[in-house]
Amino acid sequence: MTDLALDKLYGFYEQLWRIRLFEGHVQRLAAKGEVPGFPHLSTGQEAVAVGVCAHLAANDYVFSSHRAHGHVLAKGSDPYATFAEIIGRQDGLCRGRGGSMHLVDAANGVMGATGVVAGNLSLAAGAAWAAQALGDGRIAVVFFGDGATGAGVFHETLNLASLWQLPLLFVCENNGYAEFTSREEHSKVAKVSAFAAPYHLPAETIDGNDVLVVNAAAAAAVRSIRSGAGPRLLECMTYRMAGHYVGDAQRYRSKEELAAMKEKDPIDRLRAHLTQRGEPAAELEAIEKRVASEVQAAVERARQAARPDPATVLDYVYSQPLSTTAEA
Amino acid sequence: MKISFAQGVAMAISESLAADSRLLLIGNGFVGLNMEARALLEPALREFADRILVAPVSELALAGAGIGAAMAGQRAAVDLSTGSFIFQAFAQVVNEAANVHYMSGGQTTAPVTFCSLAGMRSAGAAQHSHRIQAMLGQVPGLQVLVPGGADDAYHMLKWALLQSQNPTVFISHALLLGETGELTPGAPMLPVGKARIRREGRDLSIIASSITVPRALEAAQSLERDHGFSVEVVDLRSIAPLDRDTVLKSVAKTGRAVIADECHRSFGVAAEIAATLAEEGLAYLKAPVCRVAVPDVPVPFSPPLEAELTVTADKIVAGALKVLNAGSTMRRPV
Repeated sequence: MTDLALDKLYGFYEQLWRIRLFEGHVQRLAAKGEVPGFPHLSTGQEAVAVGVCAHLAANDYVFSSHRAHGHVLAKGSDPYATFAEIIGRQDGLCRGRGGSMHLVDAANGVMGATGVVAGNLSLAAGAAWAAQALGDGRIAVVFFGDGATGAGVFHETLNLASLWQLPLLFVCENNGYAEFTSREEHSKVAKVSAFAAPYHLPAETIDGNDVLVVNAAAAAAVRSIRSGAGPRLLECMTYRMAGHYVGDAQRYRSKEELAAMKEKDPIDRLRAHLTQRGEPAAELEAIEKRVASEVQAAVERARQAARPDPATVLDYVYSQPLSTTAEA
Repeated sequence: MKISFAQGVAMAISESLAADSRLLLIGNGFVGLNMEARALLEPALREFADRILVAPVSELALAGAGIGAAMAGQRAAVDLSTGSFIFQAFAQVVNEAANVHYMSGGQTTAPVTFCSLAGMRSAGAAQHSHRIQAMLGQVPGLQVLVPGGADDAYHMLKWALLQSQNPTVFISHALLLGETGELTPGAPMLPVGKARIRREGRDLSIIASSITVPRALEAAQSLERDHGFSVEVVDLRSIAPLDRDTVLKSVAKTGRAVIADECHRSFGVAAEIAATLAEEGLAYLKAPVCRVAVPDVPVPFSPPLEAELTVTADKIVAGALKVLNAGSTMRRPV
């Protein structure tokens, strides 16, 4: 793990910061009332998105959940268009029709986030089937939270993926909470990876807050899936540093718990690793500053972007409009 | 050539599998197909077995897999079996398939067809008798096809499988499967989105769809034979899109309308047609419209109880006579 090329590590460092700072702007502007709806932040979970997406090509399919900002950025989508979507602007990825919970960047393989917990799982199975049928070497990855394992469709999809031997990677971001309820309170099954065994799906539980660990596990999983060995599941133990949504008072978590988790901050840990390897602190600070100004610029530009024209509200209902006008 | 509705369905699936190698079939039970239809289907199921996925009882996942495959450039048909079972898949059909194109600002599309055998089928009781078209008509983004004859079953299903770019729910009716109709091989289809005038008439329009089409035709014949009225029958063919123009044109000609619909009376397809006539066709009406629909009660098991609810030709005749005799009471707008 430690022999990873330096440029790769710097790349991870930059990406972790991009997501962290981006989410910071979402949080700040949401508090000011500039973000319509109820955005869900991935602050603290950045290492999962970055470590997994490092092994995906632009045309690999990613399906994400309501907590999607990090996945979309890690997959390489434009921060400006992503932010513009989150604040409902015409230049947004989805022309303002989707918002935070429904980010789509199809040209970049981001097939869609869904606002419904577990709503994305079987869609990813279908895309994986298509990739397999076309034999184009693509794979599909679906990100979901541990809360999704309470839904029947999670189990249905594990069964289908195994039955049909699909090129599909299940990535569970186990942040310990299903919305507002801790895992111990909502399931007797402590590890999500345990659900995979009965379906004969290889699975492992890893430290999702160490980008190097995620990177290595994702590399092995993706290699295996691309070789045609069927689906796999990665359970990444992580921590949601923010609430379920911006504005969540988080009465269900103690101050001690929050403080303990700060020590597991994925950015701090990569920084420590790089410093240990003798990388100069000034260099790392410079990266943080550069990314901060890039993200700031994208956010400011998005805030200036035009709002969608209300007259276009009926666009995009059908991709092939059908005439019901009687012939004269 | 004369074909049954079931044969039309089987032919459409077989021919579509042969015509487009992208077409994926998820589930292949196609409940209700008779022996003849199944014989038509079997060779294709064998020949294209690599595109036919054996499906567990997992409607949610199967529907989602069809959507995902379609979003990724394939085409998919998902057999959801009995119409009522679409509820097990509702989250995917209604909240994913219907929304992906809109929510992505036009980036993704899901040309997937959900096949469903709906309707009051005789002793299906409350859990196997749902008519799902009105509920689905409330979901922008879905196409809802309700063929009322064998010719349309064949043409419209084939269109959905091969040509449609939008998610489609194709609704067969259990009691329509044996209905026969004339099919001219190679003849063009009346486009989806157009209602069909099944029978022309001057005195009254019966607006029908799915199972009420043959029953409306039977009612029209008896109204002519026994009462001397000339009755037009409009077959809607699809609920979404809904051809309001053809309905309005027909009623503009006849001045009277009966809407025969197997959905529940409240908020059903008939309610939507009645609302359209109230909003856009009031000036044409010589009498109030009449809905012949199913009362708002779960469908009972015992045959005499179910028969009490069924939209029969006789009930359509009774509704028609009420409308035909009510002319003088209608105050015409100035």
